[in-house]
Amino acid sequence: MVRSLIDITDLSTGELEELLETAQDIIAHPADYARLCAGKKLATLFFEPSTRTRLSFEAAMYELGGNVLSVTDAASSSAAKGESVADTAKVISCYADIIAMRHPKEGAALVAALNASIPVINAGDGGHCHPTQTLADLLTIRREKGHFDGLTVGLCGDLKFGRTVHSLINALARYENVRFVLISPEELKVPSYVKKEVLQKQGLAYEQTTDLEAAMPELDILYMTRVQRERFFNEEDYLRLKDSYILTPDKLRGAKQDLAILHPLPRVNEISVAIDKDTRACYFKQVLNGKYMRMALILKLLKEAGTL
Amino acid sequence: MNIDSIRNGVVIDHISAGRGMKLYELLGLDELDVSVAIIKNVVSRKMGKKDIIKIDAELPVNFDLIGYVDPGATVNIIKDGELVEKLDLDMPELLRGVIKCKNPRCISSTEQELEQVFRLTDRKNKVYRCIYCETKAP
Repeated sequence: MVRSLIDITDLSTGELEELLETAQDIIAHPADYARLCAGKKLATLFFEPSTRTRLSFEAAMYELGGNVLSVTDAASSSAAKGESVADTAKVISCYADIIAMRHPKEGAALVAALNASIPVINAGDGGHCHPTQTLADLLTIRREKGHFDGLTVGLCGDLKFGRTVHSLINALARYENVRFVLISPEELKVPSYVKKEVLQKQGLAYEQTTDLEAAMPELDILYMTRVQRERFFNEEDYLRLKDSYILTPDKLRGAKQDLAILHPLPRVNEISVAIDKDTRACYFKQVLNGKYMRMALILKLLKEAGTL
Repeated sequence: MNIDSIRNGVVIDHISAGRGMKLYELLGLDELDVSVAIIKNVVSRKMGKKDIIKIDAELPVNFDLIGYVDPGATVNIIKDGELVEKLDLDMPELLRGVIKCKNPRCISSTEQELEQVFRLTDRKNKVYRCIYCETKAP
């Protein structure tokens, strides 16, 4: 089976470092990478809409000199005819060199990877994993802070269903003395298995609070998340909780001058537009960093598959 | 109480008392047309009380399932009235086709003929998780 990326934990710390270094080298020397994937094809298979993630993968492949086969509405084509994910992966393996796949069902990317003969990148499988978002987050923190060790990282908003939060905790948990401040309403707290199997297992310091402003002064990183409508079974719960934590200039008053504010985007209203001008806002840089990390990842997986 | 000894078959011994019936059902023994004895609450020096299942037929037995339900159980294979093999079971690393993921968002709930697979993620607390969605086994 060729190497794929399904979950951020599939990558060792050494491999994370290698991807971060490649991405930073791409930023410094883009021309050196502009033809590396010439003649290679990335298939983007999106069974649910996510324009930004798909475009990021496609831009990444184009900037490596490769081509893109794009299935923007896979759910209404083969899947609508009843084709399984396993069969789709086998078929696409005949056309492309690497797959980026988003699917609403948890574990769909693993099923694709088990059946494809080319690398599969999980571009989001329901509420489960979205490892390339975490790669974007890590590069942003690395570029803003220069290191991960010793940082105090505030995670705010939907910490229960927010897959990006769980992945980021998993990734940062490998570094020394990282401290987490988990800021959320009671209903959307980090699930106990994440606390038990990651934070407590690694002996990491963390605190839980419902008060964003009180936590603000100690934070080096503030990772805001959206309360997502699609993760709720009940519309009333969504409406009651969606505005719980909105970041405004007022709330930033006690914050450090070198705080870095991250958000996986899209934002609804959890960060006021007034914050965008603040030098501490890093969420649009994060989008750009996502593209560089996807470039680094495509290169790594194609090399490991022997395609490059 | 007399239970005939077995000529050719399987004896599952050292089952924690009370789990014998559960194993009987999960192994699908109720659907077989062979002699099966479930002996409950047998006095055991080591365990205090235990259950035993005797199956009077040469059947393929799902050791993973037994290890999952009761990792302390032992399996004895009997041929021509002799004990030919004794197996101490442990919790298997992977459980294939034994239990079904209950998460409605899991790909295994819709994907055609996808094998249900669970991985042992916490031996101490006996936690198995679906390999697809990581939901805890019921």
